[in-house]
Amino acid sequence: MADYQLIIVGGGPTGLTAGLYAARARLKTVLLEKGVPGGQVMNTDWIDNYPGFPEGISGFDLAEKMAAQAARFDLETRSGVEVVSMDLTGAEKKIVMADGTSLTSQAVIVATGARPNKLNVPGEVELAGKGVSYCATCDGPFYRDQEIAVVGGGNTAIQEAVYLTRFASKVTVIHRRDELRATKIVQEQAFANDKIEFAWNSQVSSIEGSQGVESVRLLHKDGEESTLPVHGVFILIGTIPNNEMLPNGQFEMADGFIKTDLEMRTSLPGVMAAGDIINKNVRQVVNGAGEGAVAAMSAEHYLAGQS
Amino acid sequence: MAGDNLKHLTDSDFDATIASDTPCLLDFWAPWCGPCKAIGPVVEELANEYAGKAVIAKMNVDDNPATPGKFNVRAIPTLILFKNGEVVDQVTGAVGKPQLIAMLDKAL
Repeated sequence: MADYQLIIVGGGPTGLTAGLYAARARLKTVLLEKGVPGGQVMNTDWIDNYPGFPEGISGFDLAEKMAAQAARFDLETRSGVEVVSMDLTGAEKKIVMADGTSLTSQAVIVATGARPNKLNVPGEVELAGKGVSYCATCDGPFYRDQEIAVVGGGNTAIQEAVYLTRFASKVTVIHRRDELRATKIVQEQAFANDKIEFAWNSQVSSIEGSQGVESVRLLHKDGEESTLPVHGVFILIGTIPNNEMLPNGQFEMADGFIKTDLEMRTSLPGVMAAGDIINKNVRQVVNGAGEGAVAAMSAEHYLAGQS
Repeated sequence: MAGDNLKHLTDSDFDATIASDTPCLLDFWAPWCGPCKAIGPVVEELANEYAGKAVIAKMNVDDNPATPGKFNVRAIPTLILFKNGEVVDQVTGAVGKPQLIAMLDKAL
């Protein structure tokens, strides 16, 4: 017999919501989280677009409340458990962890999410934590009255650039195009802020500094190069899927993301996927949570059909 | 009691603590940092589990600016492992407990 009816891999908002629904459905469930529950939302200073919090809520508080809500219904959660491989083809699914042990279940929800993309330029790895950052809310206060750069033009980049002006004396947004992708209200806030400047049509070619970041080297669209002196550079250029532990060729993928139907079912029976790991356009906390609920209900239907 | 084994270091008692040949894992944190709060319970557990073998400590970077400055800590949570006054290993981000255990066990 399998160890569990359902294993949820990943403890961000999607996995926690799936866990909430599974626990309330009284499925014998375990949620495996490689770090601590919360996911990427913990890196967000303030969430203004998750309904039910009219004043907004900090990313950390939202994650903590989601974890507490699942715990209230006795969801079993294991933190610090990294899943390294999976075999999902049979009726009994096998999940292998970094310590070499494994767990089995009848159904699996893959909610492994995504992580910040890297620029992959010289200096980025060497100066990580020493001026190179992927989390404005974690590291912003280290740059009081200093000049910094934000790389990116999407919602996260622009929202965090505005946040960083609370500390920094100047924030230069480096963007490869001549217009932003961020939502209009976020753009308006950035354009209205005197501390924010824009380096349009520009890419970072390297990050320079010995003990810490001292400058970034920019390559402009017209072929010109320049140096921007900054103490910190926040790289907020989208995400890449956490797919390294997924089994090769067992279900349909697209560009590294898992393909699902509207019920969050993958091409494999008993395997659901939800949140930032699936192939979709909108990557918000609210739809990640919604997909988690749908995935749990699909798991429940699948399990009912098995017994 | 939980938390009794966890030391709270300041700029003034930092040097004396890390000079020892007992490894010291120091968690640089601040109240405004979500991932720091998330990793807090893990650090507290380690303090109890490694009591007598290693010193597990936290330092609030808002109250103690000198030490993080000295080690160029510009991202938190950063955890630095010291032994005999030297940096042995360091990691940034809300990593899992197994990674911290591996770091500590290597230095014991």
